[in-house]
Amino acid sequence: MKRYVMTIDLRRCVGCQTCTAACKGANATPPGVQWRRVLDIETGEFPDVRRTFLPVACMHCANPPCEEVCPTRATTKRADGLVAIDYDLCIGCANCVMACPYDARSIVHEAHYAYGDQPLSSEAVRFDPARIGVSMKCTFCVDRIDQAAVTGRTPGVHPEVTPACVNSCISGAMEFGDINDPESTVSRLLGETQHYRMHEELGTEPGVYYIWDQS
Amino acid sequence: MKNSAKRIADLVSPRQQRNWDWRAATNFIAGGAGGGLLLWTSIAVSEPDATRTAILLALVLIASGLTCVWFEIGRPWRALNVYRHFATSWMTREAVVALLLFAAGGLAVLTVRPLFVIPAGILGLAFLYSQARILAANKGIPAWRHPRSVALMIATGLAEGGGFLACVLAVSSAVFSNWILAGLVVLIVIRAFVWRMYLGGLVADGAPDGALRVLNGIAPRFLVFGHVLPALAIAAVLAGIPGRAGLLFAAGIMVAASGWFLKFTLVRRAAFSQGLALLRLPVRGRGAAGPAAKPGWKGMPG
Repeated sequence: MKRYVMTIDLRRCVGCQTCTAACKGANATPPGVQWRRVLDIETGEFPDVRRTFLPVACMHCANPPCEEVCPTRATTKRADGLVAIDYDLCIGCANCVMACPYDARSIVHEAHYAYGDQPLSSEAVRFDPARIGVSMKCTFCVDRIDQAAVTGRTPGVHPEVTPACVNSCISGAMEFGDINDPESTVSRLLGETQHYRMHEELGTEPGVYYIWDQS
Repeated sequence: MKNSAKRIADLVSPRQQRNWDWRAATNFIAGGAGGGLLLWTSIAVSEPDATRTAILLALVLIASGLTCVWFEIGRPWRALNVYRHFATSWMTREAVVALLLFAAGGLAVLTVRPLFVIPAGILGLAFLYSQARILAANKGIPAWRHPRSVALMIATGLAEGGGFLACVLAVSSAVFSNWILAGLVVLIVIRAFVWRMYLGGLVADGAPDGALRVLNGIAPRFLVFGHVLPALAIAAVLAGIPGRAGLLFAAGIMVAASGWFLKFTLVRRAAFSQGLALLRLPVRGRGAAGPAAKPGWKGMPG
């Protein structure tokens, strides 16, 4: 059985926000909502100061707390490990927003546009009223993943069936693929490096692995 | 640091949740008190008029809380979808219990028979428990997911219900036993104990600095106005000091209002998110890896 995961090599990320922009372009998220973010963390005290870039989004957990609390079954975990939202079932109660320890979800109650009350022509074309008043988050570009079954291509290998953020990464920090396939790039990377998953102590079993050093 | 860079940095630390506002808080505030009032009415009151008044008040409290939530959700006309996930969602279970509760409570108001009053009381407790579990299931908010938050929500709901019952008895002509007053004192003591246990557990197990700051900030007021003063007022009633009805009403109001203050604080002001963390800072160039970073949590760098 497939289990799609993402690896993010923190050694490589340069905080360029290209993945953030690619996600915005691919998913047409409204102003103020970013499914993919790259956070800039400064730690330590002068002169021993470090700066780390941390790309975050939905972790597509194997044990998603958002799915457990959802009263409508709008949030579901798919057989391939992706956590999906059915916008037609969601009532926008925000229980899943509270349940997510990764700040990955958001709800927009009114349509907002980049400049003023009226949408730009590009915004108008891609505006999706089904997303107003409901919970939304990173989908791992699920429409592309689903195309893999139709085209016979492999997510993480062929760009047209790989999440936009991974395709856009200029430093090769992000990889995507099936962790149950020993030949996949993510399996190889995880075998060669030291890594962790965020907030694992909460039992969520996130599907994003952060690489911090070689083995 | 530029404002835009500062905003990005702020996203790392725990933040006060902004999705559940006063309308969601009202559900926990009024609904919990209503559930507690239903339970205590079914146990402690036998006089028909007082029973009817107390149950009606409880139903109004629960209904007003649910109505507030209905006004908060993003798609209110799909609200019936809330019944679709009984297997794991405590919000679904709360909604199912609410249906049964209004049926039993309505019949109890009409008939004032134990056949309906007692089930209504049990369902009041079930409603209160469901609400406590809704909060505790939210792993994204450390102050809610702490195991002792369930006991705290139940203890304060029962105490608030007892407080409202004291108010109903104070304004009605119903005769009541001193055992009810003693029971209210016990509830007050239990809530104070559970509150201390909760706060101690949160400090010991770790929580965002902001949540601890808010909760520690209300502790003295909560203890004095929610426990010490009402206990003194009830002691005065038991000692036979004149003004029995006024003292009892004041004690009930203080117990209920302090519980509401606690729940508003917990749901709105102390509800800081988990924030993000790095178990290790990555190796850069020829340098070594760095220690963990968990901004916004005491004792952790960042």
